[in-house]
Amino acid sequence: MASNKHYDKYKSNGGVGGNVLEWIDARFPLTSTIKSHLTDYYAPKNFNFWYFFGSLALLVLVLQIVTGIFLVMNYKPDANLNESGIPIAFASVEYIMRDVTGGWLIRYLHSTGASAFFVVVYLHMFRGLLYGSYRQPRELLWVFGTLIFLCLMAEAFMGYLLPWGQMSFWGAQVIINLFGAIPLIGPDLSTLIRGDFVVGDATLNRFFSLHVIAVPLILIGLVAAHLVALHEVGSNNPDGIEIKANLDENGNPRDGIPFHPYYTVKDIVGVVAFLFVFSIVVFFAPEGGGYFLEYNNFYQADPLKTPLHIAPVWYFTPFYSVLRAIVWPILGIDAKFWGVVGMGASVVIIAFLPWLDRSPVRSIRYRGPIFKAALTIFVVAFFILGYLGTQPPSYVGEKVSQVCSLIYFGFFLLMPWYSKIDKYTIPPERVTD
Amino acid sequence: MSNEQKVDPSRRRLLVTTAAIGGVGAVAALVPFVSSMLPSARARAAGAPVEADISKLEPGQMMVVEWRGKPVWILNRTPEMLGTLPKLNEAVADPNSEKPQQPEYCKNEHRSIKDNIWIAIGICTHLGCSPSSKFSEGASQGMPGDWMGGFLCPCHGSTFDLAGRVFKDKPAPTNLEIPPHAYLSDTRLVIGESKGA
Repeated sequence: MASNKHYDKYKSNGGVGGNVLEWIDARFPLTSTIKSHLTDYYAPKNFNFWYFFGSLALLVLVLQIVTGIFLVMNYKPDANLNESGIPIAFASVEYIMRDVTGGWLIRYLHSTGASAFFVVVYLHMFRGLLYGSYRQPRELLWVFGTLIFLCLMAEAFMGYLLPWGQMSFWGAQVIINLFGAIPLIGPDLSTLIRGDFVVGDATLNRFFSLHVIAVPLILIGLVAAHLVALHEVGSNNPDGIEIKANLDENGNPRDGIPFHPYYTVKDIVGVVAFLFVFSIVVFFAPEGGGYFLEYNNFYQADPLKTPLHIAPVWYFTPFYSVLRAIVWPILGIDAKFWGVVGMGASVVIIAFLPWLDRSPVRSIRYRGPIFKAALTIFVVAFFILGYLGTQPPSYVGEKVSQVCSLIYFGFFLLMPWYSKIDKYTIPPERVTD
Repeated sequence: MSNEQKVDPSRRRLLVTTAAIGGVGAVAALVPFVSSMLPSARARAAGAPVEADISKLEPGQMMVVEWRGKPVWILNRTPEMLGTLPKLNEAVADPNSEKPQQPEYCKNEHRSIKDNIWIAIGICTHLGCSPSSKFSEGASQGMPGDWMGGFLCPCHGSTFDLAGRVFKDKPAPTNLEIPPHAYLSDTRLVIGESKGA
């Protein structure tokens, strides 16, 4: 990509609009920013289906922020009981659903949006695995992405407490108690997170604050950093070759096309297709069969009674299965501590991919059978872990989740070895169509 | 910029010292924010003892009262229920209640003051779910065939006997907690304080 200093400030063509633009450009880098990030930002011309999910993630982020703003206008983070004996927070969500004009739609957009966010982000991450998008020089881009994923998980977890239903309450109870497993500081840490000795009004209020202010701010900051890093190094592509290695006489990549208008227009197709599917879910299956909104969450929180079957929302279940798979105390510390460590490690390890992969090529198109098999087994294990996390604990489930957790970590930890010995073919000089 | 210029060590020292002291101040400024997240004075003061009337609690029945936002179980155990306890000494992790999960006066065979009336905090010691009661013997409530009655935590499958003792090789690390409690009369209990407190 040509660097910024090439861009002249806009020279007025004498018209009013031109004069305004020239005035702004003399004071703020408007034209040059648009050029460097859109009209003169060259993206590889061979993007395929998998490249829709970045822009879709951005779309869902905007959707969540907008719907969230309107939900907060009617939601009350208060665990105290109203005169009918219903927690005010729970009642305010029912109020949004029943009495606020269009409230049901805004709420379903937000709750479905949360699941859609994870669908899109998981596919976006899988794209990175397919084409080696995390490889040098995109390591930091990938690390920012992992941090975004972590933030999203925190955001989703805290948001799930707000309706103050049974799953909200007991899910939070279990996850916060996980921190209690950390030696020495654990119990005090979980009290600090709850703000009380039990999950209660203090917990609800702080989760509300973090969910609507703190985490979204961090999230937006990280997304900005993710995009800045992306535009610095340029997009990878399905062939995993560097388009900047082949520039035309103007210094632009021969295999690249300006992001605007080519990809802005192409992404609109993805947006429309996405909104088709998304609307079907919002209007016809907003509960997602109990996976997007769990049935038990339509009961108000009852601190005296745990629902018979509690499970996290689907997007947490693979990691939750890793947590449950670890059942042995190690070094004299409780199994639950190691479960927490395992669950944390299963997320954090993703950030280390750029340094674990030793293959001479990036894209799966030019990799050998070992990587293809490893990735397939990994994906299968990930799905099995996800399924088991939705199920009640069982002996067979425990054994299977232990095997799948081993596969999960094996995919990452053995990668330096198997990616090196794997066969590969030399990628072409230019991208293929 | 000329590279000839030497670093002035006294200025550099001043800069470093200023930054360090400023950093200490910034960290100190965290204290009020973090302490505001601790349980408030009101939350610390809450948790007064609660009273319970057990005159209508028939043998084999269990009632639940709320104390400090947690469920407290009061179970009136039948002689058959009590009879299961010695048989399970081998199967439970801490048969003699060595871990301090109960007041001294409940560190006995039945983990209770009176043999039959058992009081416990109904919160699993693993991750804080409330176990469900599975009082029927055998497999009728989805338990193993040799089940003698007790509790099953729905979250991660820990099982407890009718004295709240955790079975071996389950995720819960300790027996269920017995809160301090005392009898005001034969049928009135106070939960949250011991006799003479």
